[in-house]
Amino acid sequence: MNDSDGALSNLQKVLKAGHFAVTTELGPPKNADAEAVRHKARLLRGCADAVNITDNQTAIVRMSSIAAGVLAWQEGLEPVIQMTCRDRNRLAMQSDLLGAYALGMRNILCLSGDHQTFGNHPQAKNVHDMDSLQLVQMVVGLRDHNRFQCGEEIKGQSPRFFVGAAENPFGDPFDWRPYRLAKKAKAGADFIQTQLVFNVPRFRQFMTKVVELGVHRQLRILAGVGPLKSPAAARYMRDQVPGMDVPDAIVERMEAAGQGIADKKARAAAYKEEGIRICVETIAQMREIEGVAGIHLMAIEWEEAVSVITERAGLLPRPTFETPAVVSESA
Amino acid sequence: MIVAEQKALDEIRQLVGDAKQVLVVGCGTCVTVCFAGGAKEAGVLGSLLRMAAQMDGQPAAVTEVTVQRQCEWEYLDAIRGPVEKADVVLSIGCGIGVQALAERYPDAVVVPGLNTKFMGMPAEHGEWVERCAACGNCLLGLTGGICPIARCSKQLLNGPCGGSSQGKCEVGCGDSAPDCAWQLIYQKLAAQDRLHLIMEITPAKDWRSSRDGGPRKVVRADLKLPQPDIKE
Ligand code: SF4
Ligand code: SF4
Repeated sequence: MNDSDGALSNLQKVLKAGHFAVTTELGPPKNADAEAVRHKARLLRGCADAVNITDNQTAIVRMSSIAAGVLAWQEGLEPVIQMTCRDRNRLAMQSDLLGAYALGMRNILCLSGDHQTFGNHPQAKNVHDMDSLQLVQMVVGLRDHNRFQCGEEIKGQSPRFFVGAAENPFGDPFDWRPYRLAKKAKAGADFIQTQLVFNVPRFRQFMTKVVELGVHRQLRILAGVGPLKSPAAARYMRDQVPGMDVPDAIVERMEAAGQGIADKKARAAAYKEEGIRICVETIAQMREIEGVAGIHLMAIEWEEAVSVITERAGLLPRPTFETPAVVSESA
Repeated sequence: MIVAEQKALDEIRQLVGDAKQVLVVGCGTCVTVCFAGGAKEAGVLGSLLRMAAQMDGQPAAVTEVTVQRQCEWEYLDAIRGPVEKADVVLSIGCGIGVQALAERYPDAVVVPGLNTKFMGMPAEHGEWVERCAACGNCLLGLTGGICPIARCSKQLLNGPCGGSSQGKCEVGCGDSAPDCAWQLIYQKLAAQDRLHLIMEITPAKDWRSSRDGGPRKVVRADLKLPQPDIKE
């Protein structure tokens, strides 16, 4: 992407300047309440370089990611608009991309989307006209070639997004994941946010291969991290969420944190504290791994934790750019 | 083959209504092989309908006939007599057979006795699986002979989603979950040392060849019979 710095998204500037980036998430409400978005946005202000606005996450109907993104933007956040291929075909996605850009959105995260059978409308017909990789290609094409997916030229302003995608280093087949990441780089993705990392050794193994392939130089990789709220949440993620890898040691650590605490409230607080501690430790480990350019902190429905974690991890204050970003060698 | 399953008897009885003459038409091809609508199933269904009608005190004459293929005119023409006598024709062919009957006999009331499920095969005794979604432009040469359109829950063309876990698809749980098509594709191509095939990006598919382009038709000019020259 060859833009003058003035047109860059904040996230892009942070990464370009070689700072260790921080993104986080904001889940829009299951209603039409703008204040719900604004409230969460205020909790996240100043804690991250950009904030993902989820798109009907886990296939549950919520306020549109673009609408919620604009509300969050008005509260001073820079949104990353998540876009899944589950609910829209290429016509609808491109029209939303034009609209999102016109409304000031500058980052997009391209996803396949959780299957609708997980959500609250399992009866729905899914779309999957394109997959996430093809969506990356399409968004890049709108920007770099001024062309719609069909090849037709865009006359006038084209949407110029900083393009992200996701990768699950713990999904199967494990050996294929670094290559899939390479494929996303080839499609033109600028940055990657990974699935939550709890199994650090396995993530390291993944990153070693990624670095060996040189993919970390083609795009910026933000490692997914997040605080566990309770041992039950840890067990649920370990046992029930497809493609999640929560080692037993982490579950046991969470369980141990509450031992001997009789008071229910105090126990819950101890669990949360331990969850935050594990998260902060994980962030420190991520900073040591070659090829990791930042973190993506997921604390959905626990937005209060974000400022605590970023503070304790030494990630605050976030860089600001009054003047054009300094171009470092690595960017 | 086309895989189908019989509808519940209650629904079939509702479709048949209070017809006095019912003709059950089985099909000797796909639905025979998947034990849903062959001669044997036609016989059993006929008996069940007769018994049920008897118990209701509204005896109906139910007869059965099974043709070799319900989706070809010539086999349908052979049953003109019984079809024209029936108040309701209950087809236990696939959806194509039902429609062929309805088209060949415009005056007949034709109702379906099966739910047509998919194009697939028996994976093991008593278990059928989907294999092809008739996308109209076959990709199997790229994917080690495993179809990502019919067998990946999200029709992904560029590798597994993040939910692929231990060989199983994120949709469904435990042993009942389908295999992850992309795990299979990966294993197959890795074993054959042909992973380069899926390293290339498969661009967005042109779905015009699929149902999205509207109802499809294959025309082979070389096989068309010469049209009789009709003058006046
Ligand atoms: S690629 Fe298309 S034609 Fe080939 S098996 Fe799959 S759905 Fe059928
Ligand atoms: S788990 Fe495998 S089969 Fe299921 S949607 Fe993901 S890639 Fe497709």
